Amino acid sequence: MPDNKQSVEIIYKAIDETNLLAPPEQHLEKAIDTVVFGDMGKLNSLGLVTFIVATEQKIEEETGFSVTLADEKAMSQQNSPFRTVGSLADYIDQLLSDASNE
Amino acid sequence: MNNKSILITGSRKGIGKYLAQYYSEKGYLVFGCSRGEADFTLDNYHHFCVDVANEAQVKDMFRSIRQTHGSLDCLVNNAGIASMNHILLTPQSTVNKILNTNVIGTFLFCREAAKLMQTKKYGRIVNFATVATPLKLEGEAIYAASKAAIVSLTEVLARELAPLGITVNAVGPTPVQTDLIRSVPQEKMDALLARQAIHRYGEMRDISNVIDFFIHPDSDFITGQVLYLGGV
Repeated sequence: MPDNKQSVEIIYKAIDETNLLAPPEQHLEKAIDTVVFGDMGKLNSLGLVTFIVATEQKIEEETGFSVTLADEKAMSQQNSPFRTVGSLADYIDQLLSDASNE
Repeated sequence: MNNKSILITGSRKGIGKYLAQYYSEKGYLVFGCSRGEADFTLDNYHHFCVDVANEAQVKDMFRSIRQTHGSLDCLVNNAGIASMNHILLTPQSTVNKILNTNVIGTFLFCREAAKLMQTKKYGRIVNFATVATPLKLEGEAIYAASKAAIVSLTEVLARELAPLGITVNAVGPTPVQTDLIRSVPQEKMDALLARQAIHRYGEMRDISNVIDFFIHPDSDFITGQVLYLGGV
């Protein structure tokens, strides 16, 4: 299991919630290499919004930190944090580390 | 109880207080907020002390609603402030205050409410516009501009939130005899009323009538609309 176990678990919970609201063809698999958004991704833009909102809420519930996932910082990264579940988990770890150091 | 929930901002006095009472009597679970404590209690009413333009406080309030109730059916963005003055005499601090409460506050509550509403794919948002915008009232430049922003916000959010089952509309009241217009000279008010098709002050029931229409479950094909009262 990678170091970012907690962030991955948070994302899996958000995936469960998003899948409940999305049509079957947009359901995400709970795996590290699942593409969240991009060429091979299943989510449309609205699905991505729903998934991000669910992930932000799960982060807050699990850690007490209120973070914004899709801001200028995320959009300006050379590699989008929303590529895969794994890259998103790394990004969440980074945000939580920044938040706890503030 | 009708099992529906409604959040009304600026519910400590004026139109907001009336709406809190009105929907409490109709059996709604009512959440209200204002900067200060409410000096009244109502059945099924929960008051939060929140500055509507303070993102952290607004998020805390919605977190509490999510944890205790799970969802929200309706939002009425009533909180608003006005300041009548000539543009040459208007300090930036007044502009900041009006834009923060009216525009930022409405935006924050729309965003957070929509996050809650989307989980049930159902929601009704009603914003507050004003006849000062279409009537282009002199002395109300910043207030009218802030409400013009709300009209625009309403129209765009209607499209962004439609796929989530959420409608977004606005009511544009004429002057109602509340604190908001207490300092406006009588001759200004008379001139304003004369420009309406129906020359009278608005009443609280005129506003709740429009909100009732917008939040009705059957109004699911009505979104992005601004309904001005008094025939403006």
